[in-house]
Amino acid sequence: MNTAICVREISKSFGNFSAVNQLSFTVQQGDIYGFLGPNGSGKSTTLRMMMGLIKPSAGDIEIFGTSLSLHRHSIMRKVGCIIEKPDFYGYMSALDNLKLFARANLLTYSPKQYQDLFHLVGLTGREKDKVKTYSHGMKQRLGLAQALIHDPELIILDEPNTGLDPQGIIDLRNLILQLNQERGKTILFSSHILTEVQQLCNRMVVINKGKSVVEGKVEELLSTESMHVRIELSQLDKAIESINQSTYRPKLVNIDDHLFRFKMSKQEIPELLRFFMDQQIDILRVDYRNELEEYFLKITTDQS
Amino acid sequence: MKEFKAILINELIKTMKRPRTYIGFGVITFVCLMLQAAFYKDGKEILSFVTQQFENVFNIEGRVLNGNLICFILLQTLIVQMPLLVALVTGDAVSGETASGTIRFLLTRPASRTKIVLAKWLAGLFYTLLLLIILGIMALVVSRFIFGEGDLMSLNSEGLTVISGDDINWRWGYAFLIAFLSLGVVASLGTFLSCILDNSITPIVSVMAIIIIFTIIGMFDLPSFDVIKPFLFTTHMISWKNLFEDPIPFQDILISIVVLAFHILLFISLSIFYFNRKDIQS
Repeated sequence: MNTAICVREISKSFGNFSAVNQLSFTVQQGDIYGFLGPNGSGKSTTLRMMMGLIKPSAGDIEIFGTSLSLHRHSIMRKVGCIIEKPDFYGYMSALDNLKLFARANLLTYSPKQYQDLFHLVGLTGREKDKVKTYSHGMKQRLGLAQALIHDPELIILDEPNTGLDPQGIIDLRNLILQLNQERGKTILFSSHILTEVQQLCNRMVVINKGKSVVEGKVEELLSTESMHVRIELSQLDKAIESINQSTYRPKLVNIDDHLFRFKMSKQEIPELLRFFMDQQIDILRVDYRNELEEYFLKITTDQS
Repeated sequence: MKEFKAILINELIKTMKRPRTYIGFGVITFVCLMLQAAFYKDGKEILSFVTQQFENVFNIEGRVLNGNLICFILLQTLIVQMPLLVALVTGDAVSGETASGTIRFLLTRPASRTKIVLAKWLAGLFYTLLLLIILGIMALVVSRFIFGEGDLMSLNSEGLTVISGDDINWRWGYAFLIAFLSLGVVASLGTFLSCILDNSITPIVSVMAIIIIFTIIGMFDLPSFDVIKPFLFTTHMISWKNLFEDPIPFQDILISIVVLAFHILLFISLSIFYFNRKDIQS
């Protein structure tokens, strides 16, 4: 498989603030690649560097094996993007806006092609409306249309679900899957919501404070073999004594007031619950997360 | 070249579709019609008051209040206000897109930043040219239609100059060209400030502030100001009036053209230099 994006130790500082710090990751052609991180983790800055909007302080970005700093012109012909919120010329219609983008890409679209594009993003019938009358969700859809107008091989989407209603999120997810599976597009999908990435992506990187925290296949990172289980129990002393005398002792990570934290596979959780019921210890609450969810929760909680 | 042409067409379309563009056209048309109506009603009285002082020296005959004189007055009046109208569009060219976020879409296309800023600058010059064409039609053509043709009697620092009506059309042509060059400096300054700043209003206000400060410096005959005056573009913005003197000071006009052209080159070079290094964070 060929490499679509290769980011090598890029850094970006604004004055004394280091927004991105020696970040590296690789996206293969055909991937739906999740770019995950809490708000302010450096996602947008990284994507802006990948689109040539911001110049890296250090490091190099290659797209389809070509250096972005040297061959930006030819690379941009193969890349479509929505960076941050989609903004258009509000005093012009959606169709006129798309005509501008088509012309900027040296494309001569027929009316039918425009119709197809509007149909693809679910904006049929609103083509001639001024963009200033559009809702945020409609602008997101139009943003997607402009990203696809030149049939790019790589599509970079920066938090594209923002502002979409539930149906819009489902439509977008289906469209991304369709573009990937039927048209072979490589997609880089940035989000600060783990479940969005879980549902869509095959590979992902998690970044925090401008650094790569973990990178790999989503299914491996979301493995159910090592779950973080939290159980709130009523009788503290009795529960501690029962656990100490059982085979669950090595799996107990810590106790915080009445909250017991275990690390075990997902299959073991029902057995553990049965054990407490047999011991006649009341279970007040149970929740569990995989390693990545636990880690992501920790970094987002640390930030807030 | 094909790519540049496409971007330039886009910029022209955006300029012509923006409601703001038509403010300038409306203002010029309104001011011209307003002054023409006022001169049609009270012009003769005002003129007889002005010419009274010369009547002891020589006789004034013929139609003094004519289209050429009205055009001269209108051009003299509006050339002071027109920089604001030019700045209103060019000062917003890049900064307006930065503030609204559309700059991200613009810069994620294959075209280079140099081409984008040049296209915006040319679109600004095109708008400036349109303003002057409208001014030309309203001030010269319409005034001649209302007041008729005749010799131009102009007052300047040297006294009274009379230009024959047969010898005036070429002077108007060059006067409008120099006015275009002068406003071209304002358009280039607007584009430059628009590249530096990230909001729409500040570049527009800054252009006007610079013009006001430079004009004030030009108004006072102080030795310290006299040193810098020849280098200020505002000093040369009124050099079109030299074409209505007799004899015409061609040397002064040429110097003004060089200074204005230098300023245009300087501002557009700075715009390209700065815009190519700018991080788009909006």
